[in-house]
Amino acid sequence: MTVYLLCFALFLVGLYGLITRRNLIKIIISKSITEFSIFLILVLIGYIDKGLAPIVDPGTSQQIYVDPLPQAMVLTAIVIGLATTAMLMAIAIRLYRKYKTFDIREIKNLRG
Amino acid sequence: MEGMSTIVKKVTQLMAGLIFMFGIYIILHGHLTPGGGFAGGVLIAGAFILLILAFGSSSLKLKKEVTGSSNTESIGILMVVILALMAMLFGAKVFFFNFLPKGEAGELLSAGVIPLYNIFIGIEVAGAILTIFLALVIFKEESSK
Amino acid sequence: MELTISIILVFMIIGSIFALHAKDLLSAIINMGFVGFGVVICFLLLKAPDLAMVQIVIETVTLVVMVAVVLDSSRKEIEVSFNRRSLLNMAVGFLAFACLFYFFMKAIENLDPLGMHSLRMADSYVNGAVEKTGSINLVTGVLFDFRAYDTMGEAVILYTAALGTLTLLRIKGKK
Repeated sequence: MTVYLLCFALFLVGLYGLITRRNLIKIIISKSITEFSIFLILVLIGYIDKGLAPIVDPGTSQQIYVDPLPQAMVLTAIVIGLATTAMLMAIAIRLYRKYKTFDIREIKNLRG
Repeated sequence: MEGMSTIVKKVTQLMAGLIFMFGIYIILHGHLTPGGGFAGGVLIAGAFILLILAFGSSSLKLKKEVTGSSNTESIGILMVVILALMAMLFGAKVFFFNFLPKGEAGELLSAGVIPLYNIFIGIEVAGAILTIFLALVIFKEESSK
Repeated sequence: MELTISIILVFMIIGSIFALHAKDLLSAIINMGFVGFGVVICFLLLKAPDLAMVQIVIETVTLVVMVAVVLDSSRKEIEVSFNRRSLLNMAVGFLAFACLFYFFMKAIENLDPLGMHSLRMADSYVNGAVEKTGSINLVTGVLFDFRAYDTMGEAVILYTAALGTLTLLRIKGKK
């Protein structure tokens, strides 16, 4: 149970960074940290004690394998995380070229 | 941007081909060993990114590179959808049906239509990540002129 | 197993707290890379080699892109002032986190301890997957045969992100 609580603590650290930081790059870093904690919780739920990696050896009898379904979902989620991070970095580059700062309180003024 | 020193260029010339071949191996054996379409695709993109970083973007013809990589990713995802639609013609009338014969488990030519999915998804992922990286490089080049 | 993963998670929490309070943006990005590679070690301990491969390369590509963007722009961090308003903000924040923590404890109290059979669908996916799909890699079989719609959706998301990045970073052409 402590492993789940520590994963949730990592999620809370990411959420704290997402809310309180003023620098745009640190907001992107906090979003990434939040996603890492969710990947770990999903793979931890599917782990079975003394189970093998989910590659079946043809010809052997019944073995216990780790659950492959959360691993397939986390594989999808990792690639989606890369896609959103790439788009956020493109937005950050554009904002820096226009406003010459990464501070979100200066950017919010919508002048133009 | 300009390239890196001579040692980096020589090591990259040796390693980039090996990383590319390893990426193709991981894609083709996706149904036998860990890996599959996504891991192999990002490895192939990593080999190209290594070449661009080591030799500098001044040695590329940049506009042509982006057109090539975005055409590649479009063809990849188009073939995935065409392969899924072809399954509606044979067998059950279900999208994404596994219609090719499944050989015996453990051989390279087995598992029906899964190796073809691996190949086309690998092409698509490699093209997409390369397009993202090249868009950033081109933006930096154009805005510093 | 639980002890090892707990120790790695404690290091990751310390690293991420340091990443958020760093005075230089470059050291914040390097700490994020450290958290990412800690996730890779956890994946290898939890018997998921497929995920470890994907996470290593994607983490490297993300680090390269972020360092390139930060070195091209400013590297310094903005000062945060500390007055009465921020004390009220911190109190509200603690209250919100306490509520989230209570709901999380309620959500996991029916979960088995680490390593027991938790999910019912695991047996029906593993038994007979080799005959139904024909592949001996169960994760690939689940990803491309049982759950092929999710894979197609993910490919479309990656394609849209590449298209969106290309559109956002476009310089106005010649007239």
